[in-house]
Amino acid sequence: MAIAPPITSIEQLKGHPAIARLQQWNPAVIEAVKFDREEMSITVERSALREACAILRDDPTCSFNYLSDVTCVDWYPSEPRFEVIYHLLSIPQKERVRLKVRLAGDAPAVESITSVWPSANFFEREVFDLFGVRFTGHPYLRRIQMPENWEGHPLRKDYPVEGYR
Amino acid sequence: MAHLSATPVLDPGQDRTMILNMGPQHPSTHGVLRVLLEIDGENVVRIMPDIGYLHTGIEKTCEAKFYQQVVPLTDRIDYLCPMTNNLCYALAVEKLLGLEIPPKAQWLRVMLNELTRINSHLVWLGTHAMDIGALTVFLYCFREREDILRLFEAVSGQRMMTSYFRIGGVALEPPLGFFDRVRAFADTFPSKVDEYENLLTGNPIWVMRTKGVAKITAEDAIALGASGPTLRGSGVDIDLRRDMPYSGYENFKFKVPVATEGDVFARYICRVQELRESIGIVRQALDGMPEGPIKANAPKVVLPDREKMKTQMEALIYHFKIITEGFAVPAGEVYQAVESPRGEMGYYVVSDGTAKPYRVHMRSACLANLQLLQKMCEGKLIADVVAAIGSIDIVLGEIDR
Repeated sequence: MAIAPPITSIEQLKGHPAIARLQQWNPAVIEAVKFDREEMSITVERSALREACAILRDDPTCSFNYLSDVTCVDWYPSEPRFEVIYHLLSIPQKERVRLKVRLAGDAPAVESITSVWPSANFFEREVFDLFGVRFTGHPYLRRIQMPENWEGHPLRKDYPVEGYR
Repeated sequence: MAHLSATPVLDPGQDRTMILNMGPQHPSTHGVLRVLLEIDGENVVRIMPDIGYLHTGIEKTCEAKFYQQVVPLTDRIDYLCPMTNNLCYALAVEKLLGLEIPPKAQWLRVMLNELTRINSHLVWLGTHAMDIGALTVFLYCFREREDILRLFEAVSGQRMMTSYFRIGGVALEPPLGFFDRVRAFADTFPSKVDEYENLLTGNPIWVMRTKGVAKITAEDAIALGASGPTLRGSGVDIDLRRDMPYSGYENFKFKVPVATEGDVFARYICRVQELRESIGIVRQALDGMPEGPIKANAPKVVLPDREKMKTQMEALIYHFKIITEGFAVPAGEVYQAVESPRGEMGYYVVSDGTAKPYRVHMRSACLANLQLLQKMCEGKLIADVVAAIGSIDIVLGEIDR
């Protein structure tokens, strides 16, 4: 089964409810879109993330009311280094969308979405712990998996798999 | 493991409350969960779960392995439902590769996945009942669980860490007589569920310990990221098997049990009903099991049969290449979610076009469900904390990874 090439033109994809809604709000916040292997990814501007989430959650046509997951990918050594990834699910529409935010390698930070979905609390703490991405406005941003006195962020690509011994 | 010392949550001058440390070696924390409780007499003022004691860095390890070498690691995340994790990872990589899976492999996967769900729910039911004080159920549940583990051993050679689902299909043809053994189990199991229900559902002590305890509303459950029976116990009707089908689930007929009360008893009822639905799916899979191959026709990805390796040069070459170099996966990213016994289990796999995954992230249902604990317990009695923890069915291996 051949894989169809990804669609990255915003013109072709603007029929998707999430993209249509974000464009209607502010076309400048969408940095890139990708429809690949039946999955929609929208890269949004860093400062607009929290509001974009709130809009997608509250809009009656898309109603992405459930936050499945928050995670991060480290593209070291290229810049912008970090990509924080949010998987949203619409329980009424049975539909998923992926939001992405690109962050530069020095002092990566993005606004926390715990005010939109309280469930982001543990997910964001985990990303902070393992990648060192800071979430501004998070109620309790502390290490969650690693010991409190641990140095470094293990899931970064410049951290060796076998650790420092 | 955020707190090496108990966090000072006492305000100066306020001496009504005290800190109680529960776990990490507490029998009812199902693994190594530590819970910090601030209590005022018998009432819980604040509750704070502390996790990370089982963190083994599996996501990091995955990045250093070939795609096929990750499969055994996925077993070890959630040791109560290895097959569900195998399935989710295999589906994610197959989606990246664009592989078509033959129907027999899909049906085998569904059948074993449902047996895994029963296995996991039995451990939950036994330990949850034991936490609340009903010891007998534990012995009954583990009796049936043993039957399921024997079935797993017959089909995969392992009781717990099965690694039976591989990228492109399943590892081996099931042994002779395996389907008869599954059918014998499926025929007797519903009467066993009746036995558990006889012990619990109408039992006044059980009902008093669970009804109206650790309530959570549908809005709170959605906002806090609950999924699976924990969410359905609050009246939200979603099941990924039915609503976003994968691996051929669209061919099966089953009901999704939903309860609206949102208390411990509602979650208990949902899971017990799921036991019955799952055995129904197993029976449908047995009745309609298609004939044909159990592996996809993709020699560069799927290991050849042992027999072919002894007679065909190409098979031997492919085997050597896959084992020593792995196989390249086209660049891209996928998020594949399945309905695990605990809720939405998701694998986010990023490929950069090489033979090793660039990133594997597991979305753990338990990690999100654990966040409900605060809403469930604060302001309630300390004795109900144990019931609340049991009712969200946590597995610490999955939370910490």
